[in-house]
Amino acid sequence: MNYSWNWSILIQPPYLGWLASGLELTLVISISAWILALIAGTLVGVVGTLPHRIPRMLAATYVGMFRNIPLLLQLFLWFFVVPELLPSGWGFWLKRDLPFPELWTSMLALGLFTSARVAVQVGSGITAVSSGQRMAAVASGMSPAQAYRLVLLPQAFRIVLPPLTSDFLTVFKNSALALTIGVFELTAQTRQIESFTFQGFEAFTAATIVYLVIALLVTFFMRTLERRVALPDTMGAAS
Amino acid sequence: MTKAHIQASRTPAEIVEMPASVRVVPISQGRKPMVEISKLYKSYGPIEVLKGCDLVVERGEVVVICGPSGSGKSTLIKCVNGLERFDRGALVVDGVRVGERASDMTSLRARIGMVSQHFELYPHLTVLQNICLAQVHVLKRSKVEAQAKARALLARVGLPDKEGAYPAQLSGGQQQRVAIARALAMDPVAMLFDEPTSALDPEMIGEVLAVMLELARDGMTMIVVTHEMGFARKAADRVVFMDKGAIVETAPTQQFFDEPRAERAKLFLSRILSQ
Repeated sequence: MNYSWNWSILIQPPYLGWLASGLELTLVISISAWILALIAGTLVGVVGTLPHRIPRMLAATYVGMFRNIPLLLQLFLWFFVVPELLPSGWGFWLKRDLPFPELWTSMLALGLFTSARVAVQVGSGITAVSSGQRMAAVASGMSPAQAYRLVLLPQAFRIVLPPLTSDFLTVFKNSALALTIGVFELTAQTRQIESFTFQGFEAFTAATIVYLVIALLVTFFMRTLERRVALPDTMGAAS
Repeated sequence: MTKAHIQASRTPAEIVEMPASVRVVPISQGRKPMVEISKLYKSYGPIEVLKGCDLVVERGEVVVICGPSGSGKSTLIKCVNGLERFDRGALVVDGVRVGERASDMTSLRARIGMVSQHFELYPHLTVLQNICLAQVHVLKRSKVEAQAKARALLARVGLPDKEGAYPAQLSGGQQQRVAIARALAMDPVAMLFDEPTSALDPEMIGEVLAVMLELARDGMTMIVVTHEMGFARKAADRVVFMDKGAIVETAPTQQFFDEPRAERAKLFLSRILSQ
């Protein structure tokens, strides 16, 4: 292979700055999408376990829609199609006046896509808590909202923390798709460095390592969280 | 000698040995009954689990419901605080019409304590937090007040040193005693026990029954679904015998054990007492 390696471009201006700003956008999009996914996903997950049929059906429809349409297509729909379907004033505002529309769109699309997955996790977590727990909470005079907040959800989240870690990791990787609607996040900046310098191997190696480090940090953070909220088991020494 | 004097001079051991007929707190006190069940029907699909049950429980009364498995005992007791719905009939608990849309079930449930077969302590909370949770969030007591109440009750059920433990670190008998303390912390007007000892090892049954017996002596209104006939003998004012969704016999405790009228009750007693 006739390739002249030049690792030093990675720390040269302006390329180091490009990588840094790409990393910043990747983090901003992923973390805000994850926060949105946690909030919306928890709500939908709870609605999916209510005793009445209609809310359960609504939750199932939500999950079906956001989980089954490819993320790339959802990005395009939110970015190109939705503004045209809205009343013209809103559409103009989205296309013309909203600063950084591609950034907001990618946060929203990635957040809602992920929220469907979170909803399924949270829903199965709640189902995994014994029905006697709900009964005990209700029997003590708690409202349904209190029973969920104080008794069911704290147990459900402990159960589904490991699969939620996977979804949290996936958000960072999926955020690379935002480049298709013009967000200069980490992968887009890497491609730009390649086209400016023809040092593609170095640039993509750098991106790979950055994604890997993010994943390892997230995994470490979630493991720490798991340990902190873990309950002492039956044979525990604390008694 | 006054009744108060009698009470003050008794040792705990004497209280346990005392027959139900000399209880200090008078039954009913001339007020409306605590629970009035009339013509209660309930089906799960084609299976009829309650077939027109009638039962009145007076204030201060201890009623034991017994009968073979699947006879509808648990379903009946869960109807009382609205955890199970019924199809037909009327049910009034502490003046509240259960099953009607306008009834404030949340506040009724807050003053009816419930203890279930599998304890159902909240596993993510310590013993103290378990006893405080509904006090703080339902009764809006201050944390300090709730904790003081919890500690007093833990002492009463004989677990003063377990407040920091998690449920999984306790034995079944200890968990059930915490569950009783949790229910008592709400200052209930009545307590429902749904087979409180049937998930326990034999050597732990006694400690739970002792707590329940003391509660009965103190005049708590109690409806207890149980197979523990020794407890029924010592604590119950009346025994209700159910079979196949119907109440086939209701009798004062002594009479139920000495001369049961229903054939099915005779058979049940002869089997359970010969064990």
